Amino acid sequence: MKQKTGIGTWIGFALIMIWCLLPVVWIISLSFKSLAETTAGSPQFLPKDPTLDNYSAILDNGDFTRALINSFGISLIATLLSVIFATLAAYAIARLEFKGKRIVLSMALAIAMFPVVSLVGPLFDMWRTLGLFNTWPGLIIPYMTFTLPLAIWTLSAFFREIPWEMEQAAQVDGATSWQAFRKVIVPLAAPGVFTAAILTFFFAWNEFVLAISLTSTTRSRTVPAQMSFFVGPDPFNPPYSQLATASVIVTIPVIIIVLLFQRKIVAGLTSGAVKG
Amino acid sequence: MAAIDMKNIVKKYGDGFPAVNDVSIDVADGEFMILVGPSGCGKSTLLRMIVGLEDITSGDMIIGEKKVNDLAPRDRNLAMVFQNYALYPHLTVYENIAFPLRLAGASDDEVDKKVRNASKTLELDEHLERKPGNLSGGQRQRVAMGRAIVRDADAFLFDEPLSNLDAKLRGQMRTEISRLQKRLGITTVYVTHDQTEAMTLGDRVAVLKRGVLQQLATPRELYTNPGNLFVAGFIGSPPMNFLPAEVDGTSVKLPFGTVQIPQERAERAQGKGLLIAGIRPEHFEDASVKDDTSSGSTFRATVDVVEWLGNEAYAYIPFEAPPEVQKQLTQLEHDLDGDQMRTQLVVSLDGASRIAEGDEAEIWVDSTKIHLFDPATGENLTVDESRAGRIPEREDPKAKEQAEKMADHGEEVHSAEEA
Repeated sequence: MKQKTGIGTWIGFALIMIWCLLPVVWIISLSFKSLAETTAGSPQFLPKDPTLDNYSAILDNGDFTRALINSFGISLIATLLSVIFATLAAYAIARLEFKGKRIVLSMALAIAMFPVVSLVGPLFDMWRTLGLFNTWPGLIIPYMTFTLPLAIWTLSAFFREIPWEMEQAAQVDGATSWQAFRKVIVPLAAPGVFTAAILTFFFAWNEFVLAISLTSTTRSRTVPAQMSFFVGPDPFNPPYSQLATASVIVTIPVIIIVLLFQRKIVAGLTSGAVKG
Repeated sequence: MAAIDMKNIVKKYGDGFPAVNDVSIDVADGEFMILVGPSGCGKSTLLRMIVGLEDITSGDMIIGEKKVNDLAPRDRNLAMVFQNYALYPHLTVYENIAFPLRLAGASDDEVDKKVRNASKTLELDEHLERKPGNLSGGQRQRVAMGRAIVRDADAFLFDEPLSNLDAKLRGQMRTEISRLQKRLGITTVYVTHDQTEAMTLGDRVAVLKRGVLQQLATPRELYTNPGNLFVAGFIGSPPMNFLPAEVDGTSVKLPFGTVQIPQERAERAQGKGLLIAGIRPEHFEDASVKDDTSSGSTFRATVDVVEWLGNEAYAYIPFEAPPEVQKQLTQLEHDLDGDQMRTQLVVSLDGASRIAEGDEAEIWVDSTKIHLFDPATGENLTVDESRAGRIPEREDPKAKEQAEKMADHGEEVHSAEEA
């Protein structure tokens, strides 16, 4: 009986893994094929003679590296600001009694539910008037707006879990409200902070609609938008292998970040679970 | 080191609920003061007002020579141990204890010296590098105390520190706290609902009910000279027996018979009609075990249940109470958080007693120890005021009445919310 379920589980597991990872493996394999091989019509699964030409070509491509820098800069700044604001706001929501608390929370949720596309038009006009079109802040601001609600909700849930006494103990021990917040509350809410940070970073990193609508040059265009401009010399024969290579390169930081933060989240959870 | 002086402290919450009504308590320098009472009596609120975690609605809080009403907790230089310890789970035991020192900006050498000193006192040396999550309840308790003693605080405040521990550990920690306080000689205010802790730890005990101070006295004074029905019923386990009584001259008519009480006690209870007599279980005895029954009175009663504990036995004797007394006793039970089903007499007998369930036994009672209470006000008519500490209603009956009225109002606020 036990053996049977074991085998069943493993088969199911394998199927799901193949289902999820096959496209990824396909892209990775594409990225090692030469241009000639991909334009041949029906290329085989594994590259015939693996080459790193695509990688060197794409890293030499000034537009791509520029977009990569934009992506990193915009995503990191948006994440940082979003987490800072969300931490402060969530703390206030979890700890303070003030009028309109419910409204703030439901408004935040409403914003998160708003379809991004419907804002593209108004934002485009506003950003042109304000001179934010095709700039980093022009993307950072909307990214923050769309990620803050979720971050606030996640974090306020974490803050509510932390017993009031923690903070009161810190105050009796001689801490100011700010010190109590920084030295006791924030470390305890670390798993929440990292969760919020990851969500925000992914949103900003992968976002496409705003990135393509609110930019016009590589001055602020991010990688997802830039990749749609990878058409190559022949419009009927897009450089599939190079597109695949770009995709692989864009995915690497995401994987690294997940692995890094995942460890933090686990560490945070184990220490936060103890309520003294 | 400092004295803590509370003058006419009042705490009213935003919804109008008065948690503390006109409480005045003076804690002398180096004294161990206990705040005790049933749940919801305002004892924790009072403690939190001392430390500054609750605002004071009116009255003066004076620590040392300084009025601290408006000072933030960190400016009051008090150390507090919380009910759930409130250790910082992300810091090691060492850093937990060092936390107040680090905030004060102490140098690393000084921090190290003081932390090691505190950990030695509390026998935490081998746990310094561990996180609070890996410690047992008693160890966490000691870390919380370490965090308190590591700084030179003016006073210690304990908020039911032992209520999360099992019975055996509670006993050990109780002695530990007592020893520590004696050695450091630091002013201490300790909140508890456990009367064993109240009786054993405190130099003086303040008994609170519904935010009103009932009596402030040494444990012995509280036990032998309770100021009113509430204090009498709260202090002592098993609790004092309350019986309907009528006084005529020096004889007191109880449900089981008539006993003689001393002249000077009887005088104070003359002409008051129906009273409530309070007799502690240990002031009864099996007449057949007692050698000399001349000093008290004896009566015969049918014993319902006997609980034999070896060194002593508790016998239960049910009786009927007239409605006036019954009402007062029901109210008292309510105040004490209890729900007694029937009126019964609890009698503590010598372990050698052979009284069995269903027997009609002859019971001796030490009638010199009988207290007589006014059923209308609950006041103890036979209290020896010179040995009863402070009883607010005797000092200033009007103020006490006013405070009780506020508490009644508070009950209305709560019942209105429930409705």
